[in-house]
Amino acid sequence: MEPAQHPDAVESCSIMLNKRSLLGSILTYIFAILLAIVVLAPPIWMFISSISTQAQLIELPLKWWPEEPSFYRYIAIATESGNSAAATFRQAVINSIIVGLTVTLICVSTGSLAAYSSSRLHFKGQSTVMFVMLFSYMLPPILIVVPLFVIMNSLGLLDSKLSLIITYSALLMPFAVWTLKGFFDTIPSELEDAARIDGCTHLGALFRVVLPLSAPGIAAASLLTFILSWEEFFIALIFTSSPASKTIPVGISEFTDRFQIDYPFMATGGVIAALIPVALCIIFQKGLIKGLTAGAVKG
Amino acid sequence: MTIPGETPFIFLDNYKTIFSDPYFWGSIKRTLLFMVISLFFEFSVGIAVAQLLNSKFFGKGFLTTIIIIPWAIPITVNAIMWKWIFNPSYGAWNALLTQIGLISSYQSWLSTPVSAMVILIGCYVWKVFPLVAILTLAAMQTVPDSLYEAAYVDGASKWYQFWHITLPLIMPALMVTLILKTVDAFKVFDIIYIMTSGGPMDSTKTIAFFSYLETFKYMDFGKGAAIAIIMTMVISVFAVFYYITLNRYGTRSTSRRRRKLFNHAK
Repeated sequence: MEPAQHPDAVESCSIMLNKRSLLGSILTYIFAILLAIVVLAPPIWMFISSISTQAQLIELPLKWWPEEPSFYRYIAIATESGNSAAATFRQAVINSIIVGLTVTLICVSTGSLAAYSSSRLHFKGQSTVMFVMLFSYMLPPILIVVPLFVIMNSLGLLDSKLSLIITYSALLMPFAVWTLKGFFDTIPSELEDAARIDGCTHLGALFRVVLPLSAPGIAAASLLTFILSWEEFFIALIFTSSPASKTIPVGISEFTDRFQIDYPFMATGGVIAALIPVALCIIFQKGLIKGLTAGAVKG
Repeated sequence: MTIPGETPFIFLDNYKTIFSDPYFWGSIKRTLLFMVISLFFEFSVGIAVAQLLNSKFFGKGFLTTIIIIPWAIPITVNAIMWKWIFNPSYGAWNALLTQIGLISSYQSWLSTPVSAMVILIGCYVWKVFPLVAILTLAAMQTVPDSLYEAAYVDGASKWYQFWHITLPLIMPALMVTLILKTVDAFKVFDIIYIMTSGGPMDSTKTIAFFSYLETFKYMDFGKGAAIAIIMTMVISVFAVFYYITLNRYGTRSTSRRRRKLFNHAK
């Protein structure tokens, strides 16, 4: 017979597990501080650049903090009208928001039906359908952009937000389906069985039982779809050419084309473009991580 | 420009041209180099960071929160930000190195082939490693403490615990992430378009950028499409791998491994 274990044994064991040597602690903090610098320094420098003046940034030796920090570029982007660069950039922000929200709505509403069917119903060729969806998500954009260009051209949709909405919805749908399927799989089907016995249809069970329970999953899937749509560059670059339909990534890429670059303005644009996804990620971090781990397809 | 119906059918001639084109093989070589090096650093840094965030230290909550920032910043913003930092005349990197005395004059980092590639890989790793870290951390947190306690009692070092307990148990999650990140790295385009446009001297012209140039700059739609088809075939191999991994690791094998370890721990 084994000797009886002292009740404190387990506890003291986990205390010992967390004990670290002095050297280990020092190394841990050095690594943590380095990591924080590597992660934060570039975006902070972009922000500092955005509140400096052009003259100050091209002065040598470089000073790391502006003498008179100024937010006037942010105000210009928010308020200026007409054909100025600031107004054009604001239009790009608006376009990105419109495209992102519409695509998210389409992908998550349609995608949740598809995800539910693949999670609960079993039909012939189901795994093939899921595989084809996955494969279409992995396709190189360059493969589909030329045929899509021809199609959009003959539909008269080129250089419109609608062309981006249609394309992104199709491209991000597999992502939404896989992510939502991951969530639906975690909801026990007994709950729906109970609802079905009480006379619910499949759709009724979806709307009354599964969707309310997977609200965090739907939120995470929406967030990720929005971020992916916000970030998409290549298709927007090929499809759009006028300020009325250009999205933020295209607007950002054009900063580098100009002969004489206004660096603070470029940095301001960068900060604004990064602000929404960064804020969303930090606020909804917990749910987001769940979304990333639940779906098999990770952004 | 090629217009369907007005150009002759040439069967596989585009593929013949491509396979005998040294520029194509050059771009394949660069893409492989980019993939292998960036994946190596994404995963080694990502796993190290996950291991760090899985231990207890002051400021852990803060670090866990900010680690997601590089991933959340859109890739185009990432590219202009780093391009500005490495600017040859006014960049912060030049200023930093000169002010601490490591270099005596400003360098044009993105204009020499090797350093341009190194910077591209660095910026790309900066964007992707947080995702690897977050996913690895999530997988690490599912490993039960009792395994580490048992290993500790048996006298296993931290290093041994990592290789023999943590790594085998997070492997399924790592494999899934690895294949997806391989496909992403293979398709890398945005960051190259903005930071180097494939230069200097084609040193950063990867396969996706090569296909883009053939299609939209030289207007050779046939050749561009052929390269895209070759890319798709490579990706389809990864997709099959991915699907097999997902099905195999998804259910049984993980639990079998776990059970084996649990039995061992007893």
